Amino acid sequence: MTQLANANAKVVGERLRTWNAQAVAEIIEYRGEITIVVPKELLRAAAKYCKETADLNFNLLSDVTCVDRFPIEPRFELNYQLVSIPRRERIRLRTAVTAETPIVDSLMPVWPGANWLEREVFDLFGIKFTGHTDLRRILLPDGFVGSPLRRDFPTEGQR
Amino acid sequence: MTTVETATGTAKTMVLNMGPQHPSTHGVLRVLLELDGENVVTAIPDLGYLHTGIEKSCEDKTYSQAITLTDRIDYLNPLGNNLVYCLAVEKLLGLELPKRAQYIRVMMVELQRISSHLVWLGTHALDMGAMSVMLYCFREREEILKIFERFAGQRMMTSYIRIGGVALQPPAGWREMVKKFLDMMPARIDEYEGLLTTNRIWQGRLKGVGYLSAEDLIALSTTGPGLRAAGVNYDNRKMFPYSSYEEFDFDVPTRTESDCYARYLVRVAEMRESLKIVRQAMDRITDEGPIKAEAPGIIPPEREKMKTEMEALIYHFKIFTEGFSPPPGEAFVAVESPRGELGCFVASDGSPKPLRVHFRGPSFVNLQALPFMVQGQLIADVVASIGTIDIVLGEVDR
Repeated sequence: MTQLANANAKVVGERLRTWNAQAVAEIIEYRGEITIVVPKELLRAAAKYCKETADLNFNLLSDVTCVDRFPIEPRFELNYQLVSIPRRERIRLRTAVTAETPIVDSLMPVWPGANWLEREVFDLFGIKFTGHTDLRRILLPDGFVGSPLRRDFPTEGQR
Repeated sequence: MTTVETATGTAKTMVLNMGPQHPSTHGVLRVLLELDGENVVTAIPDLGYLHTGIEKSCEDKTYSQAITLTDRIDYLNPLGNNLVYCLAVEKLLGLELPKRAQYIRVMMVELQRISSHLVWLGTHALDMGAMSVMLYCFREREEILKIFERFAGQRMMTSYIRIGGVALQPPAGWREMVKKFLDMMPARIDEYEGLLTTNRIWQGRLKGVGYLSAEDLIALSTTGPGLRAAGVNYDNRKMFPYSSYEEFDFDVPTRTESDCYARYLVRVAEMRESLKIVRQAMDRITDEGPIKAEAPGIIPPEREKMKTEMEALIYHFKIFTEGFSPPPGEAFVAVESPRGELGCFVASDGSPKPLRVHFRGPSFVNLQALPFMVQGQLIADVVASIGTIDIVLGEVDR
């Protein structure tokens, strides 16, 4: 049973590449996890393809999170963990976001569950999601200034 | 924290503020309800009253130090949080664990699942007006906490699962203690079911309440008992086995009604399955054997070795001053917590402190479904729906 899970996750990257050669910037395999790096402009289309193609069928968006690689540019890396429940498979879509234009397409039209996950990233990293219907702070108070999970935000003391 | 915009804005509706200090919101959840008489027009959850910045704090700790913070995310499932974090860091390090340590982990996590479901059942029954069930549930939970205390020295925030294994050898007499609990528990679950399952008030409050279709639940990223009560057999222990779960024989209970009553039945059935797993794990744990992986420089050496070997002393000093540095990379691990898919994403930049630690809290994501569950229902059903989503605000707000 273990061997079955995630057996052909690598194929997903190749499938995306045949769908649109520009859609896959890089396929990373590390510790048994497949990460497909997608350019920001094609993120929503690629996600839609992963979800709606019958034999890929990534129906569950498990998680959205961001990594801040300050001071490296592009500093933000958005990671989307996709799960295909019928096919027992996990992949990660990744896209890079720069500090000058921290704006990316929302995946809410593809998975409505992206709503709060993206709001959390917006709240803590200050990345805006276009097409999100309810982009408000979720964990911090409305009047809070700054994005605390950015690496240049201090853990202790005043900013 | 949030200014509410009413959906219809007619004179017919009123806005009611439920929480954050409302007993049935299980902590500090605030829900803004727009009501038309007794019917809910819109419900807007408002979070963040318990936000403690655990993910940010983790970035300022070494990998081992961060374990104590993970306990405090989902305070009804501290061992599960330890487990998912340790699995993620172990994946980054490429560590292989001895089987005995894995079985001990499985046993502890399944005991934790029972204790979490007991708290859920007790508090939910309390919300529905059945007070005695809570007292029974907490009585049995106390027995589990006593087991934890013997194993880890702590009842709740155990930090028992560590990177590369578990903290301590099982204590003397643990087998009898766990066995006594296993022998007692099935009859106690029968007792709860006798009080509730066919109870007309209980059925009347839960049946047909909080329905959402399986498609909607998946679209909203819901996982855990809520999704299994809609007929989707999604359990990480079976789908993506970790910690040797593939060796255990257990079923994943599912229902198809997808209402609050089905979620109750799924959780009760899960408790019985967990008992099966604990019993199997107990039989597999040998009396003697390693509880930690062999990895000098990452796992603290044994006390005895430190007195005779210089390397052990050096490693000990380095681990507790500088920490260890996993190679640069990322790892995401998902386990099945009592509430659903608990994920942990750890990114390393090759330094002794994590670049990023992120927890995918099932309570947080599952709570998204609340507005859809309660739309058009009665105000009293909001309490039932919040209850059967089984949120822990520590995890929602982190």
